[in-house]
Amino acid sequence: MTVIDRDIQDAPPPTDGLGGDPPPGRPERPVRLSARRRPTDLVLADHLTGVASAASATAVTWVVVARLTDGLGWFPFVVISYLFFVGLFTIVTTDRLGWLTAKSRLATVIVSTGAIVILIPLVWLVGYIFVRGIQALRLSFFVNDLTGVGATDSATAGGGAHAIVGTIEQVALALIITVPLAVSCAVFLNETSSRLRRPVRIFVDAMSGLPSVVAGLFIFAVLIIPFAEKTPLFGYNGFMASLALSMVMMPTITRTVEVVLRLVPSGLREAGLALGASRARVVWSVVLPTARSGLTTAIVLGIARAVGETAPLLFTSFGYDLMNANPFNGPQDSLPLFVFKNIKQPSDAAIDRGFAGALVLMLLVLSLFVIARIIGRDRGTSPSLVARLARSRGAAR
Amino acid sequence: MTSLAPAPPPLDGRVHLPPQRVIEDTPTRADRNFTRVTTAAGVSVLVVLGLVGVFLLLRSQGAFEDMGFAFFTTTEWRMDPPEFGVLGLLCGTVLVAIIAVAIAIPLGTCAALFITNYATSGLRKLLTNLVDLLAAIPSLLYGIWGFLYFGAFIVPLSEWLTENFGWIPFFATEPNATLTGSMFIAGIVVSLMVLPIVASVAREVFAQAPPAEKEAALALGGTRWGMVRTVVLPFGKGGIIGGSMLGLGRALGETIAVSLLLPQVPEVTIKVLENGGATISGFIALRAGNDIAIPGLMAAGLVLFLMTLATNMTASLIIARSRSGAGVEA
Repeated sequence: MTVIDRDIQDAPPPTDGLGGDPPPGRPERPVRLSARRRPTDLVLADHLTGVASAASATAVTWVVVARLTDGLGWFPFVVISYLFFVGLFTIVTTDRLGWLTAKSRLATVIVSTGAIVILIPLVWLVGYIFVRGIQALRLSFFVNDLTGVGATDSATAGGGAHAIVGTIEQVALALIITVPLAVSCAVFLNETSSRLRRPVRIFVDAMSGLPSVVAGLFIFAVLIIPFAEKTPLFGYNGFMASLALSMVMMPTITRTVEVVLRLVPSGLREAGLALGASRARVVWSVVLPTARSGLTTAIVLGIARAVGETAPLLFTSFGYDLMNANPFNGPQDSLPLFVFKNIKQPSDAAIDRGFAGALVLMLLVLSLFVIARIIGRDRGTSPSLVARLARSRGAAR
Repeated sequence: MTSLAPAPPPLDGRVHLPPQRVIEDTPTRADRNFTRVTTAAGVSVLVVLGLVGVFLLLRSQGAFEDMGFAFFTTTEWRMDPPEFGVLGLLCGTVLVAIIAVAIAIPLGTCAALFITNYATSGLRKLLTNLVDLLAAIPSLLYGIWGFLYFGAFIVPLSEWLTENFGWIPFFATEPNATLTGSMFIAGIVVSLMVLPIVASVAREVFAQAPPAEKEAALALGGTRWGMVRTVVLPFGKGGIIGGSMLGLGRALGETIAVSLLLPQVPEVTIKVLENGGATISGFIALRAGNDIAIPGLMAAGLVLFLMTLATNMTASLIIARSRSGAGVEA
């Protein structure tokens, strides 16, 4: 990483050509400019304008709400004060700096609001699931199934061990099916020159938008309806669920791997080919190892996607309240199904139990996400390439 | 890979070039196997998607035999006597998706603009990760959040909208109607799932806006908004449209959250603020394990499949064709 960092620093600052590059032949010397004018810099008055507008907008809205109506909900209050704020802010800025600047500042305010509004539900949702889930989550949740738990039992009775086992088995089976297929497909898209690449890429994209319930319906239509009565292997069971899950996972992994493979410098491939290696050998011994960390990221992201899928399971593994560790025979539960079923029950205890499951599911997905980011941070590509990417990204700033 | 033609024979017989070596690509057995295996993996995607269509069509035949073309014009869904159709479901599906996308486009575009053109680099990384995280949270969790908690927060807003804007047919409600379990609430919750798609596609496109043009705009004395409006937005138009179409595809297919949020009674209505409505995917999920209805569900699934397929393919094409989308992963 240090090499990369230095590489970036050594690169000439690509965009702000104020100082200009030092003329060739002379030793590099820091160029000092007397006063650097930055039109985007904010001075104290700008901050004051913002704060004052916000304060007076809230005050005005409060007066209007208190005097003219008998109280608004929180939402109209926020909306109206925001509108007042935007109006006041624009008027004051126009007065100070002119309409052109005011327009730009107005756009900044609105764009920033959009970005903040996105994050509110995220925090809200995560916080809500956490607060509700932690109340009913006990260590016994990871040990017990729902044996003997009746409608009147408390939320902490029983547990979701059967669901956790089911989720692990189904996702593991789905991975065994998907990873070789998805990696080969990504290799096909990136390392061969077949004419079929274009249609395949379009269909991978289309498949990633396939509603997951259709994946479940498909497995149900192809395997479960015709064969369920002949063999338990094709009845409602965990294996069918993992087939449906692999249809959901496959495009996610394929596309992430493809992006990673594209980052492998072609010089490495050419060097391998020039040494007389076959193409298969180059992919196996050069390309894939170079992209190893990216592959791991892709797989972790695929797991995160599949772990939370509920809809395809309704038609395939069906759900079961007791431990069934055999994914090839009989209905099996999994975390999303456990949550879904309990949430829909009319008893508070069951709903709370569902929230405990939801919390486990959420923590699972969050930790998978963090793991993917940590692995993905150090893309196993050559430093020069990463530096070049970073530089071009810096130039876009 | 390349095969060079042998050098032409010397014209006058004096100059004798050494015969040029013929370079040819003779794939070894390993190479041939490699090509076969990878091609098979690639083609398997085509095959699976084709099979999805074929099998849904096969299994849904019973429904089309029962109903014929009336399947597309019937609102009710009764099994005995068979009287069912996809019209009511289709109406709900499209309305929820439109509400979701209408909310997600402006917010997603703002977030993408903020990330690419306004945020400092530390904030940019953080926001990008958070938007991705929004996409990683399972839709089931959005569903229970909206169903048991968040929906109640929207009800006052619905009341306010229908009181003040009730003259717009969209916001009209029956007197004393229940305002929970409405398509409006479902649309808002689904929009949260669509947002990250719109935001990340738009972000990737905006990030590719040519720096030279942006600098030119600023150097000519343009404000930051002037630069964004004249360079970044026109450049990223394809990305916004394509991302929105992808989001629409996702919204059409959104299942679990909607099956929790809506009562799933098929009806044709545009009164989105009051309790009611059903979507194809939510309805299918609700009826899982109900064996009588299978051909009908398969037929509805087929309609959904074709709809999302068409939307997603259009989106991919728009993104790929636009000036900016060449290197973008939609």
